[in-house]
Amino acid sequence: MPLKRIFKNKRKYAALPTEKAKQDIPEGLVEKCQQCSKIFYEKEWKNNLHVCPSCGTHHKMTARERIASLIDEGSFQEWDAELKTTNPLNFPEYEQKLIQDQEKTGLNDAIVTGRGKINKNDVVLVVMDPFFRMASMGGVVGEKIARALERAKDSQLPVIIFTASGGARMQEGMISLMQMAKTAMAVDRFDQAGGCLIVVMTNPTTGGVTASFASIGDYHFAEPNALIGFAGRRIIEQTIREKLPDDFQTAEFQLEQGQIDRIVKRSELKQLLTTVLDLHTVGGDHS
Amino acid sequence: MKQFLDFEKPIFELKDKITELKQMAEDSELDLAEDIHRLETRLVNLEENIYQHLSAWDRVQIARHPERPTALDYIDHLFTDFIELHGDRLFRDDPAIITGIASYKGQPVTVIAQQRGKNTKENIYRNFASAHPEGYRKALRQMKLAEKFNRPIISFIDTKGAHPGKGAEERGQGEAIARNLKEMAQLRVPSLSIVIGEGGSGGALGIGLTDQIYMLENSIYSVISPEGAASILWKDATKAKEAAQSLKLNAKDLKQLDIIDDIIPEPKGGAHRDFQMQAAYLDVHIKKSIKYLQSLPLEQLIERRWQKYKKIGEIQN
Repeated sequence: MPLKRIFKNKRKYAALPTEKAKQDIPEGLVEKCQQCSKIFYEKEWKNNLHVCPSCGTHHKMTARERIASLIDEGSFQEWDAELKTTNPLNFPEYEQKLIQDQEKTGLNDAIVTGRGKINKNDVVLVVMDPFFRMASMGGVVGEKIARALERAKDSQLPVIIFTASGGARMQEGMISLMQMAKTAMAVDRFDQAGGCLIVVMTNPTTGGVTASFASIGDYHFAEPNALIGFAGRRIIEQTIREKLPDDFQTAEFQLEQGQIDRIVKRSELKQLLTTVLDLHTVGGDHS
Repeated sequence: MKQFLDFEKPIFELKDKITELKQMAEDSELDLAEDIHRLETRLVNLEENIYQHLSAWDRVQIARHPERPTALDYIDHLFTDFIELHGDRLFRDDPAIITGIASYKGQPVTVIAQQRGKNTKENIYRNFASAHPEGYRKALRQMKLAEKFNRPIISFIDTKGAHPGKGAEERGQGEAIARNLKEMAQLRVPSLSIVIGEGGSGGALGIGLTDQIYMLENSIYSVISPEGAASILWKDATKAKEAAQSLKLNAKDLKQLDIIDDIIPEPKGGAHRDFQMQAAYLDVHIKKSIKYLQSLPLEQLIERRWQKYKKIGEIQN
């Protein structure tokens, strides 16, 4: 490596904030990259969309942060925010867990849906929130996805789904499993009506979500190094009695296997989505 | 092999006693008729008591019973001219899923089934009925053919789940199941799925998005195995019994939740106790379902299918 570049790299993360910057950032608000262990001011971290400025690891974002990072300011109109599960199976300890996560995230369940504009393109956004029960899919998640797709179909808008999920929500039993059927059917109805569905897979996209709406879009993008797969790594290792390679079920692995269209860095995501949306609008008026 | 499950022990002990007593009466010419009669009455009551009050976990054990009839048993018995058709035309033939065409009382049908083995050798060959992506893609190919030739589809569900393996992931296990769900949503033929043993999560649903879902009385259908749920929730796989209860994976619970359409009764003690009777029950129900689904106009059938799944987990506000 040329000497010059070493210095350049070093300066990138060793720079101390100026006196003024120090005043702007309240003390103690720092984020540590779980991958490379470097520490950053929260403001810098957030400005970089939760991507480590040093090692480039794409960390999880809340649904609200994701939406804010893409949508033209003030254009987002949320749908069905009030929907809440009723613990349909009376599953033990479920309600307490829900309340905990509702307090933690400010959401009623693991997904935010609505319509808004991305660089002036009207879209429907469906964003799963990995901080709420690992964005597992129960009745509310399935219902909100189905409703969003139906509305998008009726108003002929493209849909962008950000997936992140540990799979089906165990505590809602078969109701959760059947959300796979329901969401896949809603995707099909949207598809039959000629709707455009873009799926962006983020870390992690697994289980029943991978095996339903996440895998049947028109375009499948993924964030770098996102975990994407059906069965859990541990279960596979136990079943086949061998250790899996480190890159198993990463976005890069899925790209190589032909399961996704592209990997896209978070910093380039908005531009990519804009271009794809533009390409579906141009020429759409010829009749 | 053990003849009975743990909860059945009192029944078999009493049966042994009765046999013993009968033998004694024969050998010694003692008049034990009254005693035998008393015990036989007690047996009837005991059986009633035990089989009427099976716990979720008891049913899990019946559903997994090694002698429980498999899909092929029913196929051979209920259909004529069954012709098995192999392969997904992309990778290989997956023996975990059987597909083919057959005649059901003169009506051509497409049959799709998850097939367990009856012994270790067969189970290894059939991968314990856990399908790879090519199994789901084979099933899809047959479903499209069913649509082309206007044949109703009958799916037999009996799997612990889709295979969790390296090759399965490499070839898109998630995509294969998702694709089937999407395609089954719009198939322009009637379809029925019957859970005959274990309905294991997405792997079961991958051939199970049908107009009607039936379950055998002691079969189970669950988003996760009770052992899996127990080890995730309580870090303790031995709590599977409690998990089975909480997951509401029995036919009766799922009928109450409006997830399945009907329950097919089983002979006392389970399907393996009387296959002929079980097959007869199945026959009645398949006939009823096909007749009903065929009576619906096509557009209504497809709209009904959407409404059926749409209302699961629907939240009123």
